[in-house]
Amino acid sequence: MDIFGDAFSKSFNLIFSFDIDLIEILYLSAKVSLFSLLISCVIGFPLGAFLAIGKFPLRNFIVAFLNSLMGLPPVVVGLIVYLYLSRSGPFGFLGLLYTPSAMVIAQTILIIPIIGSLSCQILEDLDKEYKDLFKSFVIKRSQAISAYLYDARYSLFTVVLAGFGRAVSEVGAVIIVGGNIDHLTRVMTTAIALETSKGELSLAMALGIILLLVSLSINFFVVWIKHIGKVKGYV
Amino acid sequence: MKIKIIVLLIFCFVNSKVYCQEKIIIQSTTSTKNSGFYHFILPKFKKETGIIAHVVAVGTGAAIKNAMNCDGDVLLVHSPKREIKFVNEGFSKKRFKLMYNDFVLIGPSFDPANVKKQISAIEAFRQIAKKQKLFASRGDNSGTHSREKFIWEKAGVITKIYSGKWYRETGSGMGTTINVAIGMGGYTLSDRATWIKFGNKNDFKILFEGDKILFNQYGLMVINELKCPMVNSKNGKKFVDWMISEKGQKIINSYKVKGKQLFFGNAKDN
Repeated sequence: MDIFGDAFSKSFNLIFSFDIDLIEILYLSAKVSLFSLLISCVIGFPLGAFLAIGKFPLRNFIVAFLNSLMGLPPVVVGLIVYLYLSRSGPFGFLGLLYTPSAMVIAQTILIIPIIGSLSCQILEDLDKEYKDLFKSFVIKRSQAISAYLYDARYSLFTVVLAGFGRAVSEVGAVIIVGGNIDHLTRVMTTAIALETSKGELSLAMALGIILLLVSLSINFFVVWIKHIGKVKGYV
Repeated sequence: MKIKIIVLLIFCFVNSKVYCQEKIIIQSTTSTKNSGFYHFILPKFKKETGIIAHVVAVGTGAAIKNAMNCDGDVLLVHSPKREIKFVNEGFSKKRFKLMYNDFVLIGPSFDPANVKKQISAIEAFRQIAKKQKLFASRGDNSGTHSREKFIWEKAGVITKIYSGKWYRETGSGMGTTINVAIGMGGYTLSDRATWIKFGNKNDFKILFEGDKILFNQYGLMVINELKCPMVNSKNGKKFVDWMISEKGQKIINSYKVKGKQLFFGNAKDN
């Protein structure tokens, strides 16, 4: 298969020619993934922390439910969001279907369970250490939650990465609610799907390589931050 | 309240491109997109009218469904029967013939079912069934799929009982189905435009073409604002008028890939 060799040279060319279309697609990919990640973190972290330290009926049930939502098939989420945002659906009047916002909504739904579940897991372990201390201080639950989140921040980076990985690699949901519209809702994954369906396999592969490079560099960055944290002795 | 405002601001930023433009959404078959047709024609349309056309290319079946949910302003598909039904149910006021090309039967160049020698498409299909050679079907209710089913029906082959054996339904778009056909060395029915532009042809060729039953008509409709109040029928109508105008038709005819004309305007026949 010379497709791989071809793909490497094509991705190389695309990167170093600063292809405008590619930059636009990459930019949208980053924008959509990061916004959905941001919203998911704002909701998911407090949710995870609340579940980790809370003791109330049905807690275990909710945790199990959240855990299973991590496996939500993107197409199903895409379909649900489509039905709600469709002009004939309940939120059709907002005119959000086939816009980047619709993609953010779908991805947020996909990522919240990941952020919530994984952070719950991490904070639960931390809770065992801190429980007695916090009890003796008699502090408010909201304060405890922020203390937990702050102290676990380096471990939570991995959670954020898992969420980002899901967002940036997902194609099923964004292709339904975004429509893969050129210069509007086309992201890396939907572009790869399109090029594959056009039989431009080496170009599709080249885009895949670029996507991989992007997430590689982000991961290196996070490893580096964690390393600094370790050196300073916070982890 | 604060959070609501923040979320709203985020959406405004993410969507900044959406609000400030004259635009329409075209629900479309995939062939017109995969063949590069929109890439060629839409910038010209934008230049003249200032309207940006966003294309959602999903296959005729899905495009019609989406249009029935009012999620589009214009419908461009190729399944006349279903288009007429669409109009009759009130989703559009009028269907316009836009252009045509044809379907082609493609397969491995050594042609194991010997379809090349057959006198008609129906006979070619019959040979594939008789020799139980692999056939990749779209299986997605697209325009190409419904034509394929129609030919099987005429050939007297009940494909249902062979599904999963030599008759493989991919449930995907044309390009993906061609990829599958090539991957397993089987036949498939494709529209000519997608095939000509297709990049991963291997040793596959057009093995049968030119039968009347393979004629492929594309239709164009504005979605009815009486059924779908949110439809931008004003801009939709501008698009349709432009496409079926003499000028639009000329531009359609001038689109060529590798020296071959892909679509032939026939709006005159309306």
